[in-house]
Amino acid sequence: MTTGYFFPHRHILGIDQLSVDDIRHILSTAESFKEISSRPIKKVPTLRGNTIINLFFEPSTRTRLSFEVAAKRMSADTFSISASTSSTTKGETLIDTARNISAMNPDTIIIRHSFSGAPHMLTRYVDASIINAGDGTHEHPSQGLLDMMTVREHKGRLDGLKIAIIGDILHSRVAHSDILGFTKMGSEVFVYGPSTLMPRALDRLGARVCTSLSEAVADADVVMTLRIQKERQNDPLLPSFREYARQFGVTRDVVALARDDALVMHPGPINRGIELMPDVADSGRSVILDQVTNGVAVRMALLYLVMGNAPVTG
Amino acid sequence: MSSSYLIKNGRIIDPKNSRDEVADLAIRDGRLANAAEVIQGEAVEIDARGCWVVPGLIDMHVHLREPGEEYKEDILSGCRAAAAGGFTGVACMPNTRPVNDNRSVTALILELAAGAPARVHPVAAISKASKGESLAEFGDLREAGAVAVSDDGLPVRDSRLMRRALEYAADFGLAVISHSEEPSLAHGSMNEGAVSTRLGLQGIPTVAESIMVYREIALAEYTGKPVHIAHVSTAMSTGLIRLAKERGVPVTAETTPHYFTLTEEAVEGYATNAKMNPPLRSEEDRQEILRGLADGTFDAIATDHAPHSILEKEVEFDAAANGIIGLETSLPLSLALVREGVIDEKRLIELMSLNPAAILGLEAGTLSEGVPADITIIDPGAEFHYTEDKVISKSKNSPFLGWKLQGRAVLTMMGGRITHNLFD
Repeated sequence: MTTGYFFPHRHILGIDQLSVDDIRHILSTAESFKEISSRPIKKVPTLRGNTIINLFFEPSTRTRLSFEVAAKRMSADTFSISASTSSTTKGETLIDTARNISAMNPDTIIIRHSFSGAPHMLTRYVDASIINAGDGTHEHPSQGLLDMMTVREHKGRLDGLKIAIIGDILHSRVAHSDILGFTKMGSEVFVYGPSTLMPRALDRLGARVCTSLSEAVADADVVMTLRIQKERQNDPLLPSFREYARQFGVTRDVVALARDDALVMHPGPINRGIELMPDVADSGRSVILDQVTNGVAVRMALLYLVMGNAPVTG
Repeated sequence: MSSSYLIKNGRIIDPKNSRDEVADLAIRDGRLANAAEVIQGEAVEIDARGCWVVPGLIDMHVHLREPGEEYKEDILSGCRAAAAGGFTGVACMPNTRPVNDNRSVTALILELAAGAPARVHPVAAISKASKGESLAEFGDLREAGAVAVSDDGLPVRDSRLMRRALEYAADFGLAVISHSEEPSLAHGSMNEGAVSTRLGLQGIPTVAESIMVYREIALAEYTGKPVHIAHVSTAMSTGLIRLAKERGVPVTAETTPHYFTLTEEAVEGYATNAKMNPPLRSEEDRQEILRGLADGTFDAIATDHAPHSILEKEVEFDAAANGIIGLETSLPLSLALVREGVIDEKRLIELMSLNPAAILGLEAGTLSEGVPADITIIDPGAEFHYTEDKVISKSKNSPFLGWKLQGRAVLTMMGGRITHNLFD
């Protein structure tokens, strides 16, 4: 780590805002916290007295649980509000909800929202640190960081790698954060999927848009597949999941095109047999559960680092 | 109150009469008079040295929100904003509550506008309740005082209905103003492109507009009846209109100051005051719109003045309402085009007064002797800082807040009555 480095962020809104040094610092911090989760007593007092609120406007099992586990292992007090129990169903605006929560003086608010930019808006209305746990089709920075941590753990580096991302790039905030993150760290990101699921001008984010699955996967160090979101099917994006699986699904034969030591990743939850075949998901190359384990460590690091930049009160 | 004025030493720019000269302008009994006939001492003198004296500006595309959404704007507050921006006339769109689709709403609007500091020209709906199903009663609406028809805010999906609207409106001398948007392509909250991809916002492709612009051109060409294209935002639409005009199709078009001043980059940070429909486009689109302003493809600069309160704007970007206010910034932003050499002074006045008057069939847009004295005096050098506390409109939803602007109306006169005056 560079001497004199100081983590400069109060909020974690996206990978977009992070420098190479910031990402390195978050990953090293996460690596040092990872060991805590394998202790017999999985708890350190680092965030004792900290109040952390999970404000989830979209259903989530793993991300929410991961943040909660991370916070509790650091001895913070955590509270979770999900959209079904929150006041927004009574017509309260997001800003009012956040202001009310803010009046209870939490230190950090972790928010997931179906609208891109909702966490950015909250930073203008509350004093707490905001961590984006996924906003619309924009970013999912903690997922991007845990993906980088997992790859670095297995490959020993991030620069000079070929990362293939396959699937629904258009609706994937994970793909967005991964493209930005891996590219910043010196990897090359190749993306492929049906053209209906490719956003325009994706190359301007730094990704290389491929015209075939083999082009994307050939000699890749990492093959990452994305979830096809069944709930988006009001737009005629795909004729059927059956055809998607046949034409775009990642099978054993597809993975064979990648390097022998290539990693198979997926942000979960997996539609087994659609975007990723079960034998690949459960193969020795799959690091999908390492991603989940590292997710806790990355989130511990983020909670710790933003707390270091809390405004001085009193 | 004196009914006679003598505006002295101003630079009179009156494209209709091919005038551009420093001279005096006389007003008597609410009309333009011969300066030689106004008796010295009898008239109030206004020293317009260093200023431009032009026919009153006309904004052919505004939303005044009354009846129905008076918390955003009402006819009086909208007209005050218009006067402050140098406008003597505004054409107000029919998407009020209720929709202005019948003579009683048109009459109500004109009644509420009586005595307001700007002339209000109601645009009525093309279809009943703007539902796009059947024609509104154009004859009644014309008699009640409507000058044009439009389902603005919504496209007319049904091509047969649009054809009938063009044919039937021409019978009554009503302009037809098209909000050109192919709805099946227009799901999104900003322009589709690199910025929407970066921000994770669903994009509206440029072709959603261009496809419908072409339909309107095709219908106008086939029927021979005129159509006016509202708020053009794309390079492709501009090109289609240019080619159509070369073929002699009776099509006219407007664009807005935000499309020639800003691009999609203004949305950065999820700025809801940069959200409107059609959305801000790319720099390439903006450049083509500038060319269209210079070469005569565009007939008018209009604002699409769309007031929204913080209830609609201080929310998540996807949930925010479309539209920005524009009456008080239109002239300074357009004057920048003259300073930058995109258009000259004469063309500016054509775009902001003469042409919109002609498209709507108004007795306005000129400084001919005998016409109602609708006059704007512009100080092209006046600099001001546009801040929220200075906004006259009830709503403050402008992406130009905080901008330092140059050039503004220093005096506005409607029918010989001063409606805005910074000389005092």
